[in-house]
Amino acid sequence: MRSREPLQFYSEPLPGVDVSELQGKLIVIEGPDAVGRSTQITLLHQWLEQEGHAVLDTGMARSALAGKGIKMAKEGNTLGPITMTLFYTTDFADRLENEIVPALRAGFVVLIDRYIFSIMARATARGENRRWIEQVAGFALKPHAVLYLRTEVEHLVSRVVLGRGAFDYWESGMDLRFGPDMYESFVRYQKKLIQALDTMVEPYEFTVIDASQPVPKIFRELQRQVSRLRLRRMPTARPPARKARG
Amino acid sequence: MSLFVPNRYRGKLIVVEGIDGSGKSTQLSLLSHWLRSQGFAVAFSEWNSSPLVRETTRRGKKKEMFTPTTFSLIHCTDFADRMESYILPLVKAGAIVCADRYSYTAFARDVARGVSRRWVRNLYRFAIHPNLAFYFRVPLDVALGRILGGRDAIKYYEAGMDLGLARDVEESFRIFQGRILDEYEAMAEEMGFHIIDATQSIEEQQRRMRDIVMSEIGDDPKNGILHAPEGGEFHAQPGTAPIL
Repeated sequence: MRSREPLQFYSEPLPGVDVSELQGKLIVIEGPDAVGRSTQITLLHQWLEQEGHAVLDTGMARSALAGKGIKMAKEGNTLGPITMTLFYTTDFADRLENEIVPALRAGFVVLIDRYIFSIMARATARGENRRWIEQVAGFALKPHAVLYLRTEVEHLVSRVVLGRGAFDYWESGMDLRFGPDMYESFVRYQKKLIQALDTMVEPYEFTVIDASQPVPKIFRELQRQVSRLRLRRMPTARPPARKARG
Repeated sequence: MSLFVPNRYRGKLIVVEGIDGSGKSTQLSLLSHWLRSQGFAVAFSEWNSSPLVRETTRRGKKKEMFTPTTFSLIHCTDFADRMESYILPLVKAGAIVCADRYSYTAFARDVARGVSRRWVRNLYRFAIHPNLAFYFRVPLDVALGRILGGRDAIKYYEAGMDLGLARDVEESFRIFQGRILDEYEAMAEEMGFHIIDATQSIEEQQRRMRDIVMSEIGDDPKNGILHAPEGGEFHAQPGTAPIL
């Protein structure tokens, strides 16, 4: 894992952002549904704060602008694949411009639960053009690290059944209409997502972490990877607020 | 790489473009009523009208949360929903879909807002290629006169107030619309717009539009477009979705 200085955009600079001002570190946790990303992010967040770093964590559909709209759109049955991709990209852009970039300017460690890669994987799993979505999401910053929690679909199934006890409509890709059975659909859809993420490992420099291991072991490996980024110790500061406009 | 997906279906897609106050909506309304009276199945789609996305756009505008990038993305999300659940299925089914504003609006407006031209053009690559794109060419002062004369207050983003072009709303609107007009003019030839002189009388503009539309549709009864049985008018009430 290399640390890039300064941060760069993939293909399209975001208007109004000077990358030389971005002091913080951008760390992305990627992986399929139910792989245990949020557990690990909670652990990493606590650990990094104990180490004296200011941490912002953010994830999909949490933007002030589009979070609510996405949740509402997913309640209906009319959300098409391109619309979904673009809605999530809007959500991502809003968080990037209003949360992630300001936090990086202030020297935070930004932990992101799923980045553009999940949006891209979902889009390609639904038959959309990979090149199209790569360019659409080209305004994303290249993270310092993309830690990919990888496992086989059988392991995801056991985590879903033992954990939540039920399959989710969208995590099962029911909109793809593989059939009426949620279990079979989950398996097919998650396999497609894992395949799509696997193809990104090399071009997007993912660090692959075996997520079939016990939680503490995965965490130790994540800690090791994050330590390699040589984070500076920063005095704890409050996250910068969304810019108020009058 | 081509800009749009070619329309290989039975139906037709007719779009109108132009700056605010160019009179395009009036003309499209006249055209669609006339096509309907000729027995064609006509559907209508307006910019920024997706029921899934509208609420997010409305909130973002009200709270002034948009940047050029998110403004561009949310409008494309709205467009995508209309494309996937409305325009495309209807064109496939053989309807004539009339769209008040299309991707070109984003190409002009978002670029005038500072978004990269290449990026916004890629964004809309899933759109189907219109059979006819009418561009209502109008001098800035004529359009501004129509808008500033009658309507309610100009809204924040319409005036491009987010760009800080001027402190006065009308002045900002003038500058911003001027930039959009420049973008339209710059792409007119490349995009194959049918240019309508929007300073002419309403009747003359409409006559030109109908001529162009008829030569596109042709009079072959087997052209595939959904049509009511001979002499009858297509049975649908204005205001009922999906076919008006």
